[in-house]
Amino acid sequence: MSEPVLAADWLFVVAVLGMTAVTYAMRAGGYWIMGRVPLTPRIRRALEALPGAIIVSTVLPIALKGGVPALLALAVSAGVMAVLRKDIVAVVCAVAAAALSRAYGL
Amino acid sequence: MSERSVSITFAGCLRGVRYCLPVLPGTVAFGAVFGTVCAQKGLTFAETLLINSFVFAGASQFVAMEVYQAQLTQGVILAMIGVTAAVNMRLLLIGASLRPWLGGVPSYQTYPSLFFLTDINWLIALREYDKGERDWGIFLGSGVFIWIVWSCAVIPGYWAGSAVADPAKWGLDVILPAYFVALLVPLWKGKRQTVSWLAAGAVALITWFLVGGYWAILTGAMSGAVVGAFADE
Repeated sequence: MSEPVLAADWLFVVAVLGMTAVTYAMRAGGYWIMGRVPLTPRIRRALEALPGAIIVSTVLPIALKGGVPALLALAVSAGVMAVLRKDIVAVVCAVAAAALSRAYGL
Repeated sequence: MSERSVSITFAGCLRGVRYCLPVLPGTVAFGAVFGTVCAQKGLTFAETLLINSFVFAGASQFVAMEVYQAQLTQGVILAMIGVTAAVNMRLLLIGASLRPWLGGVPSYQTYPSLFFLTDINWLIALREYDKGERDWGIFLGSGVFIWIVWSCAVIPGYWAGSAVADPAKWGLDVILPAYFVALLVPLWKGKRQTVSWLAAGAVALITWFLVGGYWAILTGAMSGAVVGAFADE
């Protein structure tokens, strides 16, 4: 622990700058490309379908990897949202469902 | 249809901040855990702050720290950058889907603000756009706020070390996926979504079984978008 708190390895700084650059390229790149593609009705429909498709593709592997507690939590979230239409309530119930099912060793 | 002009106000930014509150515990917990991981891997405090606030993409930071070695070589650096790119590929699609929302805003404003693009402020912006919101302060305000919270959250984690309990035990790890699911519900309007989501889900699962990792998001989302574009004619 002789290293001062504010020291940084310059190679590490290079790595971070590289990671920052590729991440920003992704953040801005998709948006930039869509500015160069004509926004035909078909493209617009694809973009409209994209968010739901991203969510489904992100959540499904998480749900399967997480086992019963994750599946239960996500089902609870969807169920509460469908009935009450309050996202914060849905999230709180999902967290409780995950914590409880793990506490009971599911 | 959606040709009302897009503007930005401070009140809109504040509304964006307020919409972040449901996911805040998850963000704080994972930021803190990231700080702990960095401390365990032997990063200095300055290095921890640097990687966390500059990269600002949770999952990719964790994966990059798996690759990290105290003796940094060219190979390790390239691997860290490579896994970061692979994990963050979905940001390409997320950004693309914001084009109809932010397309009318001058680029000198949108491009800097895209640094703050995360799943969270994307979900919030999207949901509000769907409800007719045209104040893009929702996007910027929530993005900057999450960045500040994320940047501060590593500090206690770094110093407290193992004092941060396993977030999974408290169910904190399901906050973001649960929020995703909650926001999916109002996006469902009918047959077009059903078909598109089934395609996305099927392709994502096949990809996940065959290749694993984060490719499933990319292939699944693209398939869902293509099916959504052609469905219901």
